[in-house]
Amino acid sequence: MAILITPETKIIVQGITGDFGGRHAKLSLDYGTHVVAGVTPGKGGQFFEYGAHKVPIYNSVADAAKATGATVSVIFVPPPFAADAILECVDAGLELAVAITEGIPIKDMIRVKRAMAGAKTRLVGPNCPGIVTPGTGKDSFGGCRIGIAPGYIHKKGHVGVVSRSGTLTYEAVFQLTSKNIGQTTCVGIGGDPVNGTNHLDVIKLFNADPETHGIILIGEIGGNAEVEAARWIKANCKKPVAGFIAGATAPAGRRMGHAGAIVGGAEDTAAAKIAVFKECGIEVAATPSDMADALLRAAKAKGVTLT
Amino acid sequence: MNIHEYQAKALFEKFGVAVPKGTTATTPEAFVTALAALPEGPTMVKSQIHAGGRGKGTFTNGFKGGVKFCKTKADALVMAGNMLGQTLVTAQTGPAGRKVQTIYFTVASDIKKEYYLAILLDRATSRPVIVASTEGGMDIETVAHDTPEKLFKVLVDPAYGLADFQVRELISKLGLAGAEAKNAAKLIRNLYTMFWETDAAMVEVNPLITTPTGEVLALDAKVSFDSNALYRHPAIVALRDLNEEDPKEIEASKYSLSYIALDGNIACLVNGAGLAMSTMDIIQHYGGTPANFLDVGGGASKDQVIAAFKIILGDPNVKGILVNIFGGIMDCNVIATGIVEAVKEVGLKLPLVVRLEGNNVVAGKATLAASGLALVSGDTMADAAQKIVKLVA
Repeated sequence: MAILITPETKIIVQGITGDFGGRHAKLSLDYGTHVVAGVTPGKGGQFFEYGAHKVPIYNSVADAAKATGATVSVIFVPPPFAADAILECVDAGLELAVAITEGIPIKDMIRVKRAMAGAKTRLVGPNCPGIVTPGTGKDSFGGCRIGIAPGYIHKKGHVGVVSRSGTLTYEAVFQLTSKNIGQTTCVGIGGDPVNGTNHLDVIKLFNADPETHGIILIGEIGGNAEVEAARWIKANCKKPVAGFIAGATAPAGRRMGHAGAIVGGAEDTAAAKIAVFKECGIEVAATPSDMADALLRAAKAKGVTLT
Repeated sequence: MNIHEYQAKALFEKFGVAVPKGTTATTPEAFVTALAALPEGPTMVKSQIHAGGRGKGTFTNGFKGGVKFCKTKADALVMAGNMLGQTLVTAQTGPAGRKVQTIYFTVASDIKKEYYLAILLDRATSRPVIVASTEGGMDIETVAHDTPEKLFKVLVDPAYGLADFQVRELISKLGLAGAEAKNAAKLIRNLYTMFWETDAAMVEVNPLITTPTGEVLALDAKVSFDSNALYRHPAIVALRDLNEEDPKEIEASKYSLSYIALDGNIACLVNGAGLAMSTMDIIQHYGGTPANFLDVGGGASKDQVIAAFKIILGDPNVKGILVNIFGGIMDCNVIATGIVEAVKEVGLKLPLVVRLEGNNVVAGKATLAASGLALVSGDTMADAAQKIVKLVA
């Protein structure tokens, strides 16, 4: 079993008629993902046509879910409307909303998160590359690709990857696939300070997933989410875990591209997080080029096979 | 986005947060008029730059102190002349310092006791947190580390807002009573309203003071805003002071590039924030020093790459460049073509290492090789970083 999404998952694309959403809806269809509906208010009844695909568009998430049985939605709508788009997924009772949108005001996310307390819908993101569960076909075709990650770099297998960053995740996945090590699911949780699913949530899912044999945990400066995950791993996770923290050279007080990547105090520096990783038995990648090798070292030490 | 103290205090006043009376001047001729608006008596003269540590800073002309107490307005007039137009170096400005373009005069308040008050985001709970302390005027990180029992926190439920009992709790922990308690409660409520309604990222008052007559005043004000929310606050955007920002960072923002200048000599150009940060890290890991953070975004168009090269080369410290692109969706050959055209246009004379990976990478590398440019190709991030460090050494 993969986590969060499987190749059978049916997905809705909110903002499918926009450039960004439309482009990535096409790439997901190319990957063999079941994109079953689009949502653009006011364009209900129209179709998103691409090759042999004819994806129906609905005015609301509730309409789309009811008509298609979709349980997951991916959000590409512009920042001023993104919070509303997430809440619409909650209201429609979806299992999962994945918000790709970058630049949502923090206050909007504070309110969304509060409104989601107790709701059954899980949020991944915002400001994230999305989730990929690779398929069994050529270049992992036939998988479920939600968001903006390149599908073809993946390979179906037994490693779980969780990260705040897009391209750094691709770097890790590429290293794994190049070494013929496949992945169960790769989750980008996003670079914003207020997000739905955090590192620990994903680690718990990977830990409970029998198909996942090893985990790569990629973090960065700012906040304490990685530290929280590391401490839980030390106490609960028997699987080999490799970790990397970006931002060792970042100056304090500056936002490094991601809204959440900022050193506010001594505890959210890269050095502090790396120290906690080591203390918790996580094999630390010395450089970003070392992520797959670090996991191999961790697996070897625990006698676990990753392939 | 950051603003000056005087701008923050104007916002405070608008939201009913009490501050000492103050006025500003941007030219020596305006000092007299500005001071005329204040009552006779002790006056503070405050250099307006965004960086902290102004009081302990030193001007490049040797004059010490960017914030000064003066017994009379006449003294303040002379003192302001020592600061305006001079460059102030503080612990936060870096050695280059910042030019003081505005002087802020305020009434020097009679201080009974100093406190600390701030409102910011608590990332662990995704809620606003109010932080208060009886140890005002100090470095709050030191207080948190040495005497955590003197730091009080209240998490605000965004669905309800700041509750009265929470305000009472803060007031009680700060040990305030009578008129002080009443005035502090009003100030805390109004400061929270300002934080929430202006989409502030952080509001810090250090020190917050009580006076012998029971007043509670914000003596200093440090306010920053969530840049994601600026689109709904045009009046706040108007407070932006471009003099306080690195010209290269301003130029970068015009091309949707995220650029931050650092003090090393190996420039980097990368797609994605996480990869950009870790590219800086790997340069340092192999013994070099990064000159900047530069995220060209997921797309990396030719125009962006050209603009990025020009910005990088505008830094005289740069002795070599590392380009690290993971072309996930984007065709590496398109990126390679962009790099070649950009390098030809800007006429590069420094060592350049390019690491390309991802979609159509073979064609991309062929384009780089066929360009006739003296660039070095790197296979992995480690390989590329080692090569540029060696070339610059």
